[in-house]
Amino acid sequence: MAGEAALINAAARTSLWLQPHRIVLILIALALVFGAAFFMRWDWLPQYYEMGLLGIWRSLWILAVTCFLGFLLAVPLGLAQAAGSFWFSAPARTFCTVIRGTPLLIQLWLLYYGLGSLFPQYPWIRESWMWPYLRQAWPYGVLALTLSFAGYEGEVMRGAFAGVPKGQLEAARAFGMSRWKIFRRIWLPQAIYRALPTLTGETVLQLKSTPLVATISVIDIFAVSSKVRQDTYLTYEPLLLLALIYMIITGILVFAFSKIEARIPNKVG
Amino acid sequence: MPPALPSAVRASNPGATLIDALLSASAAGIIELLSPYPPGWGGTLLLGLLHSIEIALGATVLGLLIGTGGAFGKLYGGPVVRDLLAVYTTVVRAVPELVLILLLYYAGTDLINQALTAMGYQRVDISGLAAGIAVLGFVQGAYSTEVIRGAILAIPQGQIEAARAYGMSPGLMLRRITLPAMLPFAIPGLANLWLIATKDTALLAVVGFYELALATRQAAGVTKAYFTFFFAAGVLYLILSLVSNLLIGRVEAWSRRGMPSLKEAR
Repeated sequence: MAGEAALINAAARTSLWLQPHRIVLILIALALVFGAAFFMRWDWLPQYYEMGLLGIWRSLWILAVTCFLGFLLAVPLGLAQAAGSFWFSAPARTFCTVIRGTPLLIQLWLLYYGLGSLFPQYPWIRESWMWPYLRQAWPYGVLALTLSFAGYEGEVMRGAFAGVPKGQLEAARAFGMSRWKIFRRIWLPQAIYRALPTLTGETVLQLKSTPLVATISVIDIFAVSSKVRQDTYLTYEPLLLLALIYMIITGILVFAFSKIEARIPNKVG
Repeated sequence: MPPALPSAVRASNPGATLIDALLSASAAGIIELLSPYPPGWGGTLLLGLLHSIEIALGATVLGLLIGTGGAFGKLYGGPVVRDLLAVYTTVVRAVPELVLILLLYYAGTDLINQALTAMGYQRVDISGLAAGIAVLGFVQGAYSTEVIRGAILAIPQGQIEAARAYGMSPGLMLRRITLPAMLPFAIPGLANLWLIATKDTALLAVVGFYELALATRQAAGVTKAYFTFFFAAGVLYLILSLVSNLLIGRVEAWSRRGMPSLKEAR
């Protein structure tokens, strides 16, 4: 029975998809894709194939690391704003305002060109173990993207922490849970459930921010496409392929997050 | 690798270098660098800020026009219009602004010039300002389409039914009911879009349009005072955001006049 219902459901969905005007639109889209495949130049692909894969890997890696670290930073930022005393909440609020009020590009350039040009003046930095890392570009990119994600997500977490019903926390206290246990078992999980829908959007926004690291000479997928454009004098092909790659990654991210969201109880509080 | 500084010439004595570094960042030096009259670079930065504001204003207005049309197309348009708008908003929101800016800039200028040569005119150089506004406006349009669509959907259905019951024509209903009733729902989202627009203008520096980020980069490159100038640019952007926030608060209060305040409603 269930299988039959699913089949009918699927058939209904396909018929919804294949209305006459949709078929025409899909045919036009296919014609455009094939036109692009046949009439544009793609002979550079084999040569830059490996570089491109490495670039995609680097973009994804930067995305994952900065989202993870940024989220870890966002939790205390949100908590400080939602429940902290003035001395905790004021710096957290200032940080979020400054990050959200200035372009990421300026933050990135301030860290890389600004801080990067100040560091070599101090011999103790040049002699420390950090120096081999500080001479490269990617730590600045990762730092800037992490801070940016923390700033935006900190604001979201503030709302999420504040939105957890008081009754839940009171009930936990009535059970005799310690403050740390209340936070770990009740407050944080419910806040994360609340923040999850916006987390999808923030992660996609973060993906769309990663190409900025190409401006400080990190070779991500955007930088690879720029190199192809410089080498081959082609304007559109690398850019179109790049747009397609970002769309595919966005699609995968949205799909994965919708799967995670579906596993989480949506009626909290 | 970060840009090299003449650090090698500095004395190897750590205390002296520290003082040197502090001196190079001292108040007098900074004021001289940031003064609005040459040899200071303050004027360059302020001119860049002006360009940024111009581009952001133009892009927001263009985005609002596209967004209003797009929202009505999505809500009341035919199936083809709706599908095409869905493709537009999905693609624009899934691709990084930087890539879109490059694509639209090259494709747009190419198309215009081909159209001009086909009609027998000379090729033209499109001004950075116009191209920046067009490109960012196209991107903003996709986001404002969604904001305005959501705002129209948030209007209580009873109000629209009441307007219909009064026998209002669709045009009158749009002017008297839909647009004013939508405004309080749309303004927070649109205000957010304005803030995004002011920050997205910085991306145009990568394509080479003259605005605050590019002006800062030039000033910093010439004077080698990277930290000072990027910090100053950040402060300028922050002031722009904070002033915008103040004005937005006023506009929001105005658009919600006569409605219960958010705190009471909760």
